[in-house]
Amino acid sequence: MPLNDLAPELAPTLAVELGLKLDEYEKVVGILGRTPSVTELYMYSLMWSEHCSYKHSRKALRMFPTEGEHVLQGPGENAGVISVGDGWAVAFKMESHNHPSAIEPYQGAATGVGGIIRDIFTMGARPIASLDSLRFGTLDKPRQRYLFEGSVAGIGGYGNCLGVPTVGGEVYFEEAYEGNCLINAMSIGLMREEKLMRAIAAGPGNLVLLIGSTTGRDGIGGASVLASQEFDERAEDKRPAVQVGDPFEEKLLIEACLELLDEGLLVGLGDLGAAGLTSSASEMASRGGVGLDIDVTKIPARELEMKPFEFMVSESQERMLAVVEPGKLQEAIAVCTKWGLRSTVIGSVTDTGRFVVRQGGDIVADMPAATLAHDAPIYDPAMERPAYLDELQAFDAFAELDLPEDPERLSEVLLGLLASPNICSRQWIWQQYDHQVMLNSVVLPGSDAAVLRIGDTGRGEMTNRAIAASSDCNGRYCYLDPYTGAQIAFAEAARNVACSGGEPAAITDCLNFGNPEKPEVFWTFHESIRGLSDACKAFGVPVISGNVSFYNESFGSPIYPTPTVGLVGLLDHVDQHCTAAFKDEGDVIVLVGETLPELGGSEYLKVEHETVAGMPPAIDLELERDVQRAVIAGIRGGLVKSAHDCSEGGIAVAIAESCVAGDLGADVHLDDELHPVASLFSETQSRIVATVAESDAEAFIESLVTAGVPYSVIGTVEGDSLQIEDRLSVTLDEMREAFLPTLEQLVHGGTTVSTEELFEG
Amino acid sequence: MARYEIFVTYKNGIFDPPGATAERALANLGYEGVESVQIGKYIRLAGDVDLATVTEVCEKLLANPVIEDFRVETVEEA
Repeated sequence: MPLNDLAPELAPTLAVELGLKLDEYEKVVGILGRTPSVTELYMYSLMWSEHCSYKHSRKALRMFPTEGEHVLQGPGENAGVISVGDGWAVAFKMESHNHPSAIEPYQGAATGVGGIIRDIFTMGARPIASLDSLRFGTLDKPRQRYLFEGSVAGIGGYGNCLGVPTVGGEVYFEEAYEGNCLINAMSIGLMREEKLMRAIAAGPGNLVLLIGSTTGRDGIGGASVLASQEFDERAEDKRPAVQVGDPFEEKLLIEACLELLDEGLLVGLGDLGAAGLTSSASEMASRGGVGLDIDVTKIPARELEMKPFEFMVSESQERMLAVVEPGKLQEAIAVCTKWGLRSTVIGSVTDTGRFVVRQGGDIVADMPAATLAHDAPIYDPAMERPAYLDELQAFDAFAELDLPEDPERLSEVLLGLLASPNICSRQWIWQQYDHQVMLNSVVLPGSDAAVLRIGDTGRGEMTNRAIAASSDCNGRYCYLDPYTGAQIAFAEAARNVACSGGEPAAITDCLNFGNPEKPEVFWTFHESIRGLSDACKAFGVPVISGNVSFYNESFGSPIYPTPTVGLVGLLDHVDQHCTAAFKDEGDVIVLVGETLPELGGSEYLKVEHETVAGMPPAIDLELERDVQRAVIAGIRGGLVKSAHDCSEGGIAVAIAESCVAGDLGADVHLDDELHPVASLFSETQSRIVATVAESDAEAFIESLVTAGVPYSVIGTVEGDSLQIEDRLSVTLDEMREAFLPTLEQLVHGGTTVSTEELFEG
Repeated sequence: MARYEIFVTYKNGIFDPPGATAERALANLGYEGVESVQIGKYIRLAGDVDLATVTEVCEKLLANPVIEDFRVETVEEA
């Protein structure tokens, strides 16, 4: 009999091979009251893997505030949803696709984008924008160039075919990511509030409809094999798990699903992502408190002789699971057919609460549906502050380094920073992305945040509202102090959105860490969550969705803790947006905030002294909020003509970037008492470089005084060079030459390499 | 000068979107007997290079060894 196709003495061995711990296996036996079948064991091992069950992170995640005035749907669904006014809502979420991309960068990144976009239209929202947050090793390594180039091409290839603009993101290159790149994809979708859909199965007797691609063996066990184990040289053996995306099929899925939802033909809709049918079906069933009965022989197969467990865990892309009332089945199938999509009834909803899998007449799995989704053990991992922190944090750049003061040298340093891979223009990346399709991109890539008009182009439903979105995280800060670093990740995302005129509304996060079973790693995770929660609370901004990616390690050492924040803010009127570029000669440059001598974890230390040490910049969340509010008010009041946040590289880099973007020079007097290096390159938080017309300067300054935020008038926009007192002088051409072509040169300028280097190096 | 013919196809079990699209289109056109279509690349390469070099070129550029297989055939001069 198929239900006892596994010998009791072999079952524990298979369980361990599939990634379950022995006591977890015992728990499965306890639930079933017998030895599990092969299919059941596969299903439990996937659903109870870290990736699907959040068993190590769930307790810490409870720290997040998840409610707020805009929230329509918080965490727990495929994506979070906020109201943006006038009956419009946006759904958004960020998710990692790190391990698949480390094996096959093009397809890994492409299917990462495809997966997160499915999460968005599952909620009933039309995907309108993608942002991608990337981390690689340094580009002097051929393998890193291959991963970087491939991932960017994959994101562009998928998004461009699909017709969803890629409007923003970030990329960092650090040795810590060399063995384990990070590909975090964020998608934003737009819908009318009343169209909000949840992934829920309900109504015994209703039918389960599988829509989209055929099911093959691709990605078998991807979630558990790739995302829940450390990476090492055996990675090559895991290659069959690679999934290939088909953006044209996904485009059809978007249109068909939105039409099905619009016509009210579905009871529930879920996408098949990690852990495939098992995850999607068991989550929908447990949300609805119902059972499901599925026959794998009904599933359109791409390959011959597939086993029941292979159908249940396959991660073939571009598939959706819908629940339909029998009376609406023909209509629903007709919509799918119209869009050229396969749709097949593979089972039905039952009132037993059990998840039954059949192979024709044989039952091959039969378990309580809710136990798959909810009964994974919850762990309380041990925590320990890493020993290396004391030494790292004690580093004092001013005491231990010989810092330059010579203007010529400082000018060189600025050009060196502008050419640093972590700061230089990202144009080479976003030129590969269609960032304007759909015609709603108001602020394009290259400024602080992307700004998108709210409205349904082509259907005559345009509004004057807009959203701004940014994704940020400085992993170096998080490495040096995860609590502060995570707060800064939030603050910077909010600051970028504020500089564009947006009031922060909600965030999604993608929490990338090493092995949580190591106390030192888990401590960094816990501290990051605490920092992020405190920052959210200080701003009254909730977390509405997110994803945890653990086991980002290679050869035993973890990546930098990287809690990436994706933040969406609201603009009342699309015209009240702002960009980083200087606008006109004679405009007055105002620094909102003030500079402190903070070089810890700075790009300056890294580029000039090859050092990653010290305390990251401090952050005062109240000051941060006041600075942002003052600038948002200035933008909305029509006073502020440009705004740019000071982050990596400090104020010198921030001003230089505004110069290059605006094709204008600046005459700047910082007039502080700091060492020139601190004055120019400190990465002090809560600072924004804004410009106003000379005639508005007084009014803007008055508003800053009223808001009680520190400020200084630091110069004027003029000429074709950047002059900072007697400390530094560079021409626009020099800045352009350093800033613009670097990335392309690093990718294409490398020497030829052997295949061995490419795949092993 | 040596001539080579190179065939690049997806590895077994890797999804082949163009093939799947052609399969479906053929079914729509009424060719119900067609069960599967796989689409790959055919490359002709000529030059003063030996088989080992051509194989290396395939691994490095012409094929993606992570998801594709390739086969090199040497063309006999007539």
